[in-house]
This record gives sequence, structure tokens and C-alpha cells, in this order.
Amino acid sequence: MIALSLVPTASWYLILSAVLFGIGTFGVLVRRNPLVMFMCIELMLNAVNLSFVTLARQLNDINGQTIVFFVMVVAAAEVVVGLGIIVAIMRNRSSVTADDLAVLKG
Amino acid sequence: MPLAGSMINLVFGRKLGDPRAGWVATVATASSFLITVLAYFEMLGLASEERSHVVSMFSWIQVGSLQVDLAILADPLSIVMALFVTGISTLIHLYAIGYMHGDAKFSKFFLYLNLFVFSMLMLVLGENLLVTFLGWEGVGACSYFLISFWHTRNSAAVAGKKAFVTNRIGDFGVMTAMFLAFSSLGTLSYGAINESAHSGALAPVTATAIGLLLFVGACGKSAQLPLYLWLPDAMEGPTPVSALIHAATMVTSGVFLMTRMSPILHASYEWAPTVIAVVGAATALYAATVAVAQNDIKKVLAYSTVSQLGYMFLAVGSGAYVAAIFHMVTHAFFKALLFLGSGSVIHGMHHEQDMRRMGALRKVMPVTAFTFIIGWLAIAGVPPFAGFWSKDEILLYVYANNRGLYVVGLITALLTAFYMTRQVIMVFYGQAKWNDHSAEHGAHGDLTPHESPKVMLAPLVVLSVLSVVGGAMQLPFGKNFNFLERWLAPVVEESEAHIQDTWAYQNKYLLLVVAIVIAAAGIAASIAVYSKSLFKVVEPKVLEQAWYYDNAASRVVAGPGAATFNFIAWVDANIVDGIVNGVGELIRSIAGSLRRVQSGFVRAYALLISLGALVVLAWFLLRGIML
Amino acid sequence: MEFFVFVCAALMILVGAVGVIARSHPVHAALSLVLTLFGVAVLFVAQDAHFLAAVQVIVYAGAIVVLFLFVIMLLGVDRVENLRTEPLTSQRPLAIIVSLGLIGVLVAAFVRGSDALHERGEGINIPDLTTGTDANTTQLAESIFSRYVVAFELTSVLLVIAVVGTVLLARRTKTVVAENPK
Repeated sequence: MIALSLVPTASWYLILSAVLFGIGTFGVLVRRNPLVMFMCIELMLNAVNLSFVTLARQLNDINGQTIVFFVMVVAAAEVVVGLGIIVAIMRNRSSVTADDLAVLKG
Repeated sequence: MPLAGSMINLVFGRKLGDPRAGWVATVATASSFLITVLAYFEMLGLASEERSHVVSMFSWIQVGSLQVDLAILADPLSIVMALFVTGISTLIHLYAIGYMHGDAKFSKFFLYLNLFVFSMLMLVLGENLLVTFLGWEGVGACSYFLISFWHTRNSAAVAGKKAFVTNRIGDFGVMTAMFLAFSSLGTLSYGAINESAHSGALAPVTATAIGLLLFVGACGKSAQLPLYLWLPDAMEGPTPVSALIHAATMVTSGVFLMTRMSPILHASYEWAPTVIAVVGAATALYAATVAVAQNDIKKVLAYSTVSQLGYMFLAVGSGAYVAAIFHMVTHAFFKALLFLGSGSVIHGMHHEQDMRRMGALRKVMPVTAFTFIIGWLAIAGVPPFAGFWSKDEILLYVYANNRGLYVVGLITALLTAFYMTRQVIMVFYGQAKWNDHSAEHGAHGDLTPHESPKVMLAPLVVLSVLSVVGGAMQLPFGKNFNFLERWLAPVVEESEAHIQDTWAYQNKYLLLVVAIVIAAAGIAASIAVYSKSLFKVVEPKVLEQAWYYDNAASRVVAGPGAATFNFIAWVDANIVDGIVNGVGELIRSIAGSLRRVQSGFVRAYALLISLGALVVLAWFLLRGIML
Repeated sequence: MEFFVFVCAALMILVGAVGVIARSHPVHAALSLVLTLFGVAVLFVAQDAHFLAAVQVIVYAGAIVVLFLFVIMLLGVDRVENLRTEPLTSQRPLAIIVSLGLIGVLVAAFVRGSDALHERGEGINIPDLTTGTDANTTQLAESIFSRYVVAFELTSVLLVIAVVGTVLLARRTKTVVAENPK
């Protein structure tokens, strides 16, 4: 096998989480379907969770994992509310994209 | 106090009605007079250096380096002014209760009168130029209100406007002087300005500029050439107004201002006070000549006021500040007396003002006649009445300063005696001419003049007493008698001309006699012409029309003047407003283009947010790298 | 061994992420998301965060994605999105710049700060796996319920509020019901 002696250092994990975060950002900015935008936000949150856990192991501190715990809880709550809003807006219109909700036009 | 009276009349005037509103106003003024008297006695008890107190009520303006308080300066000069302002105002208020009886706007009249007294007090008691200016404008505005009080009469409304506009030209001078004072000295307070003028910190150029600009303002307010135009027309107002404003108080505010700023005049170039003296003398002579040919009883007195004010400025210009104040006070006494007396005559003659239709009134209105005669003797300069002493004092200083102006002053004194005697003869002696035109007055029936009510006569009596004894303030018989000079010394000492070692001073008794002779000559000449008909009456039309000055002035203002004003108005509307509006338009268009950023698309906002976040992160990172 | 796990999980994550942003059908995107979440859970286990891995699978992959799918299905928002066009010009290029920039900044930050990361001995040591199968859970529980108990309570309140709020938001008003007599 290629180099089983290579041990992934913390930096690898962190770089991975950075890449995941960037992909998530791109998705939020480019996709127009509100639900898919939400999923991309979930990607970003997961990237952050990953980096927290990595650092917790790196620094030998359990607080990193505690933070991740709370992030997950809050993310769940946020998803619930966000989907509720989408449902409320899109109930009567079948195909809605984020661009149709341009009521705040100046 | 007068402000309170004015406010009460404003609110309750209509309900109080006639005459209670009048009593409210009179009580208000009288109480301020009492307060002033108390302050005077308190001040007497202090040593002469300590007699200047500043009471600061509140800090009015505080912008950058400009700090102006609403402060009151109580020193000998302001107390003198306040005393006679409030005293004479009280008497005139009392008089007006009777005079304005039956008028529909009775309470409004007293409202304005009280407001006027308040403004005048602000003027004289102010500690800095700005408070005085507040009072200055206030008296101008009240004068406008009161002159055009019977505003339904077209001539009255026009006269009010004329007074206000002419005053405004003078006010421009005062404002420019204030700006100059502030820019050169950084303060508007009298104490500071006079201090710096004394100590020589004020350059002669600046002092001259400030002094002459203030004099321009004084010309407007005190009716000197060329801004005297409004005073004769101001006779359209009710007689108490003429008495209060145009004889005793407002017109003297110019003299007061000059005296207050006497250190500035002292610090200016030699020729600056001479300019003032020349203008004063010219005005005095000019007005006296015109007064000879006037037929309206009040117009004679109006021109006489202009003439006497000219005397006061002549005194100021000759460095005789004490004499100017002295003459101001005595003039207030006898001129108010004369005006009120003429008001009594007008009232008794059922508002007839033409002297040619009067005559032999002393039989019908004895008290009025008696008091009027006392006023006449005072103004003509007959000893021992007040006017003689003050006029003589002025002539003394003028002689020491400039012989030519002295001659002018003498001629004016002659003319003063002449026209005043003429007035007395036409009104009170001679044949009764009021019956000739009684048929023309129609509905009144028999036009028999009657004596005025007591409430009008009482002030006349008081004023006549003052006219007799007022001279005692400053007698030239030696150190023991010059009360006024010693009282005002702390204020004007350094600027007062010192003439102790001139020929004039050493021979002052000789000059005294000359003055008496001149007065007698004037009276005799007048009697000869008008009473005994020894000589022909010479009243050329040019004098009656005031040397056609008024007509010339109106033509200038209407022609080139109006064109200039229109041009300036155009500049203001188009250029100045254009710049202001242009800035607004520019901002509007910028905002219009920026508005398009708010596209309403959430994703665009998200993009911008993330861009911003990226920038912030990069900045922190770079900072970390740099460090 | 860890290397092998890392590579597999990383592949799962990246493939899933790209799938989320690239698939035009929302249901496909949701399934890609599940793939990513699994990858993250694997990495959690590799990092000795066992409890969190379990929570990740149960809550994230099990509940949240299911919720997404419910909404997609119920609302019929399964129209295929046209990914070829972009109504807002310059959105895509700028988005690429932003995301690449973010990645770059973060990576730079990590690289720069990697010195600070290699200091062991801070905080509480993670107990060895041999001391008990629930060692991680125990330690995490100890941390949550002692130091962060207030935050814990507040988040539970937050959850309640979220639920109540969403129920209110998504409620059908009476007029809509009356509109459909059939």
C-alpha cells in the first residue's frame, strides 16, 4: 500500500474541513432552490464541527467536543425553524426559487 | 417687570379692557422705576470705583470661542439711563390711560408700550453688545408697532415701515461693528472692549471703524442726517408714543451707545469724533431751519427733537460725554413735557393738529398752557430752567474744541428759541381760530376745546417741575455742584475732554451770558414776527418741505436703489440657493445610483456578506503574518 | 490504518459535498448530503469522539435529512433546478472567488498556527479506551452537566421555542381550509 506509515496529522483534518466549508459557501451562493441552499449551510456546519473535534483531540481538551454537541443541537433547531418558514412561504406556490423572494428590492 | 406687564396684557388685555389694562401697565413700569431708585441709592453707598456690577443671568451663546452671557451691567451710566427711562415711562403710561380712552385697541397699546420699556431696559442695562443689540432691535420693532398703531390709516402704516427700514440701515452698521469687535478682540463685552481701548491694545484703525459703524447705527436710531427721515413721519403714531419713544428714550439710545463706547472713540483717530460732531451740528442746524416752517404741532416738536439730538452728538464728538448725557436727561424731561402737552391740546381740540387752527388756548386749557410754557422756556435755554444749563455745558465744550461748530451751535440755539416761541404764540396766544372751521367738522357740533382729564394733567405737572429743577444736576459754579460729572466719572473719565485750562473754561461765565443773550434774541424776534406782527412772516416753502430731502431720498431709493435690491435678490435666489439646492441634488443622484445595490436578491446579499467576511479574515491573517 | 480511514472518509465527504452543490434534483442533493454526514461521522470516530459520532448519525443523518426529504416530498418542491443559467450575472465567478479565497485564508491560518497546535497537555486528557467503553461519553457528560449546565438548559428551551414557533408558522389558517370544500 502506498504509505501506511503516514499518519494524518491534525492539519490534514483541518484542511479538509476548510475545503468542505468552501464548498458549502459556494453552494449557498450559487444554488437557487431554498432547500438545497439549506443543505449547503448544513455542510458548512459540519465542516466546523469537524475542525472542532480535531482541535479537541489535538489540544486534549474535552471542551471542543462539548461545543460540537451544542452546535448540533442548535443546528437542529435552526433547521426546524428554517423549514417551517420555507413551508409557510412556499405553501401556495409550487416552484419558488430564492430569486423570487425579492420583495426587499430598494 | 414691564415684560410681565406686557405678557399680562397680551393674555388678558381684552378682558381687562379700558382702563384697567392701562393701570396694569403703569403699575408694572412704576415698580421697575422703584427698583431702579433702590439700586441707585444702594450704589450711592459704594465708593466710586466699585460702582460697576455685572449680573450674569445665564450663558446665552457658547459657540467655539464666542461666549456671550445674558448679563446686566449696573454702573453709573446705566443706572442714570434706567432711572429716567423708567421714570418718564411711568408718567407717560399714566398719561396714556387718559389719552387712549375709548380706543378700540386700548390693551394692545399698553402691551406694546410695556414691551418697549422692557426692550429699552435691556438696551441700557446690557453688559455686552449683543444684549444691547437685542434691546436695540426690540425698541425698533416696538416703535414700528406703535407708530403704525392706527394701522387702518395708510399714512400710519407707511410711516411705520419707513421707521423700521431706516432703522435697519443703522442696525447694519451696529452689526458690522459687532463683527469687527469680535474678530479683533474676541469678545463683545463692554468691560473687555473698553479695557482694551484704554490700555491701547486696540489699534486706532479698528477703533475708528468700530466707532464710526456704531455711529451709523446711532444715526439711524437717533435720527441724524441722513437717516433722520423716519422721525417726522413717525408723528403718525399716538402722542404718548411720540413722547416716550421719540423724545425721551429710543432716540437717545444712540447717544447712550456712543457714551458707553467712549473709550473706543477716544482710541480712534483724531478726525473720527470730529466727524460725529460735524454730523451732529449739521443735523441740529438743518432741523432747526425746517422746524421754523412747520404747521403741524407735532411736526415742530419732531424736528426739534432731531435738532436737540444733533446737539447731543455734537457734544459726543467734542468729548463732552457728561454734557451729552446731561442734555439727554433734561431734554427727556422737557421734550416729553412738550409732547404730552401737545397731546393734551390735540385731545382737547378733538384731534386737530394744525396750529393754524388753534389760538388763544390758554384761556380754555390753563394747566396745559402753563406746563407747556415751562417746557418752552426750558428748551429755549432760559435760565434757571433745565435746558439752559445743559445746552450751555455743551456749548462750552464745543467752543473749546472747535470755534466753527460753536457758531453753528449758537445759530441753532437762536432758531430753537425762535420756532418754539412761534409755536407757543400760535397755539396759546393770539386770536382763537378754532371757531372759523367749526362748520367743517360737522357732526361734532360746537368745536369748543376743553381741558384734559386729571390723569393726563398730572404727568404734565410732574414733568414741568423736573424741567425746572433738573438743571441742578450739573451746575457750572464749581466743584460742589457738578453731581452728574462726578457720578459718571468712573465710566467716562478717561475719554472726557479736559478743558480746564482752555480759554473757554476760564471765561465760562462770559459764554453763559452770550447764551442768554442769544435765547432772548430768538424769543424777541419771534414775538416781533408772530405776535406783534412787526415783521413779515417768512416761511419759505423749501423749509416746509424740509429742503426737499425726503423727496430726493425716495427718488433715489425707488430708482437705482430698487434696481440694486432686485439684483441682489436675484443673486440670492439663483446663485446662493442654487448652490444649496445643487448640493442636495448631487446627493440625491448619488443615493439614486447607490440604491440599485439593494436588488432584493438574497443571494446577492449573501455574496456581499461572504465577501466582507473574507476580507475581514484576510485582514486578520495578514496582521498576524506581519506581526 | 488511520491514514486509510482518513482517505476513505475524506473521499466520501468530498464526493457528497460536490454532489450537494452539483445535483439539480433536490432529492439527489439530499442523498449526497447523507453521504457527507456519514463521512464526517467516520472521522469523528477516528478522532476519539465516539459519542458525537453517534449523535451525528442519529440527529443529523437520521432526523434532519429526513426532515428535508419530508418537506421536499410534501411540498412538491422537486422541480429540477436549471443549473445552466444564472440570472444574476457575476454571481458565479464571484462565488468561486469567495470560496477559494475562504479556503485559502483558512488553510493559511491553519498552517501558520500549526505550531500552536502541537502543544499537548492542555486541558483534560482523554482517557484511554481501555478504561471503559463509555469513557468518552462520561467525560463529555461531566463537562456538559457541570461547567455548561446553564447552556444546556438554555438550549433545551431553545428547542422548545423552535418547535412551538415552527408549528405556528406552518399552521394552515382557516381561510385556506375553507377554500377547498371538496
